[in-house]
Amino acid sequence: MTAAIAKHPRLAVRASLKRNRRWALVTSYVFLILFAIFFLTPPYYMIVTSLKTDAEVAHLATNPWIIANGITFEQYRLLFQGTDFLIYFKNTIIVTLCVVAITMVVSVLAAFSLSRMRFWGSGVLATGIFLTYLIPDTLLFIPLFQIVRGLGLLNSYWSMVLVYPTLTVPFCTWIMIGYFQSIPKELDEAALIDGAGHMQMLLKIFIPVALPGIIAATIFAFTVSWAAFVYPIAFLFSADQQVLTVGTVTSLIKADVYKWGMLMAGALVAAAPPLIVYAFLMDYYIAGLTAGATKG
Amino acid sequence: MADVALNKVVKRFDEVEAVRGISLDIPDKEFVVLVGPSGCGKSTTLRMIAGLEEVTAGDIIIGGDVVNDVPPKDRDIAMVFQNYALYPHMTVFENMSFGLKLRRIAKAEIRARVEHAAKILDITDLLARRPKQLSGGQRQRVAMGRAIVRNPKVFLFDEPLSNLDAKLRVQMRTEIKRVHQKVKTTTVYVTHDQVEAMTLADRVVVMNDGRIEQVGPPHDLYHMPKTRFVAGFIGSPAMNFIPGRIEQNGVGLKIRLSQDLTFPIPESRTARYRPAAAKELTFGLRPEHITEPRGEGRDARCEFTVTLDVVEPMGMETMVFFTIDGTEVCARVEPSAATGPGQPMRLYANLNHMHLIDPATDMVL
Repeated sequence: MTAAIAKHPRLAVRASLKRNRRWALVTSYVFLILFAIFFLTPPYYMIVTSLKTDAEVAHLATNPWIIANGITFEQYRLLFQGTDFLIYFKNTIIVTLCVVAITMVVSVLAAFSLSRMRFWGSGVLATGIFLTYLIPDTLLFIPLFQIVRGLGLLNSYWSMVLVYPTLTVPFCTWIMIGYFQSIPKELDEAALIDGAGHMQMLLKIFIPVALPGIIAATIFAFTVSWAAFVYPIAFLFSADQQVLTVGTVTSLIKADVYKWGMLMAGALVAAAPPLIVYAFLMDYYIAGLTAGATKG
Repeated sequence: MADVALNKVVKRFDEVEAVRGISLDIPDKEFVVLVGPSGCGKSTTLRMIAGLEEVTAGDIIIGGDVVNDVPPKDRDIAMVFQNYALYPHMTVFENMSFGLKLRRIAKAEIRARVEHAAKILDITDLLARRPKQLSGGQRQRVAMGRAIVRNPKVFLFDEPLSNLDAKLRVQMRTEIKRVHQKVKTTTVYVTHDQVEAMTLADRVVVMNDGRIEQVGPPHDLYHMPKTRFVAGFIGSPAMNFIPGRIEQNGVGLKIRLSQDLTFPIPESRTARYRPAAAKELTFGLRPEHITEPRGEGRDARCEFTVTLDVVEPMGMETMVFFTIDGTEVCARVEPSAATGPGQPMRLYANLNHMHLIDPATDMVL
């Protein structure tokens, strides 16, 4: 082997390339596995805990990582039958669907006009929209409280339909401005010459071509409104109006009594819809985000 | 079918004047090519005809109507873009029929028109495919098909061949010419490639710096350029420009290009050049008019010997480069006649094709 390498220096180069590649692979795998363990530990803990009885959860001597006394679905039964969890779930679905619909209509139109119809101040407006996204909701909820109360929407989940778009519209518009700008200008010019008006151009050319970007924005709007916490805890008080994030916590933590089993079961069920959405639309999501990032 | 006219058209982008008051009449069915270096205003002019850019001043007239304020869709034009601009989510058929659908034309009629255009362009087999599944040349055909089905008054082409490789470009050039001979629609075609301009055009419009330098049939532009710019832009390799001076030569004239190189000026031209005697001028002669000594009845006084710097064999001919008094000159010779670099070579300048340019005005005398 060494003799062969000494004779043919190119063999040596190839061998070292191979070694290099093997090292890169080994290192990648080590870190990927570490990350996977790190991120999968909490869900694993949740699943395990949700399948235990209250007694086993509370028992200090048992190992929290394994189920020693057999699997039980008691926590799920109690959650669905003994609490308002299903009401929260229904409220969250209504709020999220409305918010996603409003967000997509507003931000597709906004992004289209900001990226394509040159008008005075359009550049400043585009930046301005993004800046509003940078204001955290922990600051915004105080003035928004006044507005929501003024509209008589306090303690109604419709107020969430009103306020969540303040989080989703700016970011979605921004993503889609980037995506729309990556669509060649000749495409709309061809459509204009073919006889399309602005609305036809948007519906027949832009939306189909920008579908990956639009789906990415939809997923974002969905995730934000599904997982928002600050606004519902500030604006909603009664159980029949509550959404999942706050409802689960407030109904399952009574003073210093934590119903761990049900909390974990509730968190798992609540996490399922985003998980399903991501799993189906992941490819679009990545394509949409990267296109916006590099060409915007 | 319509004629197109530009009347003192100006386009200003903020401070920059891209088009500086050009006027041009294009009769019905004519194929006009706007050609010039990048930034000369040719694409802007085309886009103003299309209605994609507003006119700052002047008028654009299509079929007798001023269309300055008419939106593109109502101008009855069709445009082929450099990057084809096919709708990626539609099939070839849908791409070609999109404009007709928007105009609410009956389905049967749409199908007939698309199929007819597809036949002309030989893309009938591709109608069900999407643009992604097509090669560059096929996409170009579809883009042309989209224009043809509309049966517009005017075709506009914006550098349609510059995204294709060299071989395909030549093929599609012929294709465009063939289509125009069949469809006979007034066509305005923009390119920076003077070969494309020469081969396609009924008339070529040479533009430079927002102005029209010269308009004319390709043959006229090649043989009778009016300005130094046109002389240098049309023809490849470009015309040689050598500083020189007209001197008296007995009863005739001669041009002096260096201390010891003069050529007698053909008698047919002495009257034209006499007023320029003793002035500093630029002598222009195309490489194809400097050859090895050949041809019956040539003037032996126009033969001269040079030392070659560079020799570029092209196959059917060879380019040789040398200097005359510090100016690089190119000649086009028979491959067998070319000597090597550093070698002397006997050449002959055919002054029947010479041009004289006044460097003060850049006009050809």
